[in-house]
Amino acid sequence: MKPRVAVHKFASCSGCQLAFINMGEDLITLTELVDIVHFPEAGPLGPEDAVDIAFIEGSVTTPEDVDRLKGIREHCGYLVTMGACATSGGIQALKNNADSDAWLKSVYAKPEYVESLSTSAAISRHVAVDFELWGCPVNVRQISWVVRQLLTGVEPVDANEKVCAECKRKNTVCVLVSKGEPCMGPVTRTGCGALCPSFGTACYACYGPAEGINTEALGQRFIGLGLQPAAIAQKFHMINNAADEFDSAGKSWAAKQEVSNEHSS
Amino acid sequence: MNTHPEREINIEVPVMVRLEGEGALSFQASNGKVEQLHLRIYEPPRLFEEFLVGRNYTDVPTITARICGICPIAYQMTSILALEKLFDVEPGPWVYDMRRLLYCGEWLQSHALHIHLLAAPDFLGFDNAIDMAEDHPETVTRGMRLQALGNEILRLLGGRSVHPIGLKVGGFHKAPSVDAAQSLLKKCEAALDDVRQLVAWCAQLNLPEDQQQFTSVAIHNENEYAIMPGRLRSDAGLNIGFNQYADNFAEEQVPHSTAFYSRLNGHSYFLGPLARVNLNFSQLPGSVKAWAEAQGLKFPSADMFHNVVARAIECHYALEESIRILKAYQLPESPFVEVVPKAGVGEFCTEAPRGMIYHRYQVDASGSIRAATIIPPTSQNQLRIEENLKSSVERFGLNHTDDELRLFCEKIIRNYDPCISCSVHFLKLDVDRC
Repeated sequence: MKPRVAVHKFASCSGCQLAFINMGEDLITLTELVDIVHFPEAGPLGPEDAVDIAFIEGSVTTPEDVDRLKGIREHCGYLVTMGACATSGGIQALKNNADSDAWLKSVYAKPEYVESLSTSAAISRHVAVDFELWGCPVNVRQISWVVRQLLTGVEPVDANEKVCAECKRKNTVCVLVSKGEPCMGPVTRTGCGALCPSFGTACYACYGPAEGINTEALGQRFIGLGLQPAAIAQKFHMINNAADEFDSAGKSWAAKQEVSNEHSS
Repeated sequence: MNTHPEREINIEVPVMVRLEGEGALSFQASNGKVEQLHLRIYEPPRLFEEFLVGRNYTDVPTITARICGICPIAYQMTSILALEKLFDVEPGPWVYDMRRLLYCGEWLQSHALHIHLLAAPDFLGFDNAIDMAEDHPETVTRGMRLQALGNEILRLLGGRSVHPIGLKVGGFHKAPSVDAAQSLLKKCEAALDDVRQLVAWCAQLNLPEDQQQFTSVAIHNENEYAIMPGRLRSDAGLNIGFNQYADNFAEEQVPHSTAFYSRLNGHSYFLGPLARVNLNFSQLPGSVKAWAEAQGLKFPSADMFHNVVARAIECHYALEESIRILKAYQLPESPFVEVVPKAGVGEFCTEAPRGMIYHRYQVDASGSIRAATIIPPTSQNQLRIEENLKSSVERFGLNHTDDELRLFCEKIIRNYDPCISCSVHFLKLDVDRC
């Protein structure tokens, strides 16, 4: 029997699911290797069916999400998060550090119609996750790779080295050194192919934190380029703002801005 | 099978398949009358407009792209154009053409995906495209080829097709090489037969007939088939600049949706490929018009299922326009112009694959965003979709089984290609209303 696969969606832009749909004719090959039993955007519907691998896009933002997620965990053998929302809470986790009730009120005249938790949480905050695919968005290569690894019975290896390593291998000129661009590559994990530097612009950390990073030293380097601490804080509080390393780095640089404001006033 | 028209009907489809994002159908009728018929949008809000406040304008295209993975260019481009309008930035003809090329790539990939993977199973009687591929392999692979080509156009300038990284306020980070443009041109030319076959194939589909009364709204540009700049026009006489949007369009919140309803001077209206083709068909290039007419197609059309045919015609157009731009491709002196921010309000509309999208930004002198409003096409279409459902179901008759009624409603909704992920991320910052 072919392994059974499900693709679930929580709060997201639907862009990571496109890593399946954008496979083109390889998607047909994939359906020959596995049975896709749940993937609403593409058609198959079986949210409660037992599967070998469940892919999850999106973050947890409502009380129903929590219940649905627990059901998915019970019915799947191996659970893979795909993308920034599922893996770190996504850009919408920016509401975690804000007064999200006030935000809802400012946006909706009748906030009581809208059921929403005050946080946007990574899948791993609620259930055990077997493997995390980082990226905003994840790409076809990452998805095909993880499926191939699992089909051959190999535990996927976490690709957590820095974007800088990828730039060196590609012979891309360093935008931080040569142009003084505030590039997040030194703290960001690879997987995108070091795309932004290859276009001559700074990485904005859409793949999340790499292993063994030094956010303080990179921030100090940005100070040397003339950035204010608040601007550095925003660089960490971006797509993967709720990832632990970026969350604390962002808060630390925001606090430095406050100290600097007090000195100048 | 109960088909008594006066029976109690209670159809709930909690997760509609083959939609972008999460939407539900809720349909109740009794004594032969439709009591409630809603496209329920329950995707949780993500409060995007709030994230933008306090950010530098340079972050805006990066953040707004994350509203939608299917049409990130629509968000990036509309925000960039709104900010450039405010800052009096004119990046010139090279950037203009490249933006048009990029937008054509997004139309092509989004339309090809919708026609083949989301809509075609409805018309050929399959649950999904994977099942359909066994009996209609050529149809499914044609869709995948065209979608892949659209993605390749996006990658040329954007680096990647989902959340592209090549764009910025002022232009592009990098110009593609002449070789890369030539190689893409060859692929586009080789796909011409595919898009022509696509239009012919859509024209002969056994589509349900669905004559509707609706007002089409689209951007009109005197010089070309409008995608970006122009004026907002309707077939009921609307003709306004983008800066008059707020005077004519209004949004309201309803209990069954985390998206807002939009009205044009109090009434529903319709956006999308059929609205554009209805208003601007005469501006399509001769080859595109002639091919459509050779298939017996005539516009304007009040048959809502011609939306899928209009989508195919726009695939043909997007490809021919891409070829025209790529043939003339030359390296620019610079792929961008310098930008100096200034305080004020900038607004712009562009034609996203699913219809017109409106952005408005209030910016301070340092270039920091003070307020943002983003109104995507799906929330603007939501009222029209529900009116369409009610009138069509009444004509179709309640003397059908629940399953037939459900499928009929789902077809009508999918025909609009609603993007639920987009629609709930529209969140108007209007503190006075609470």
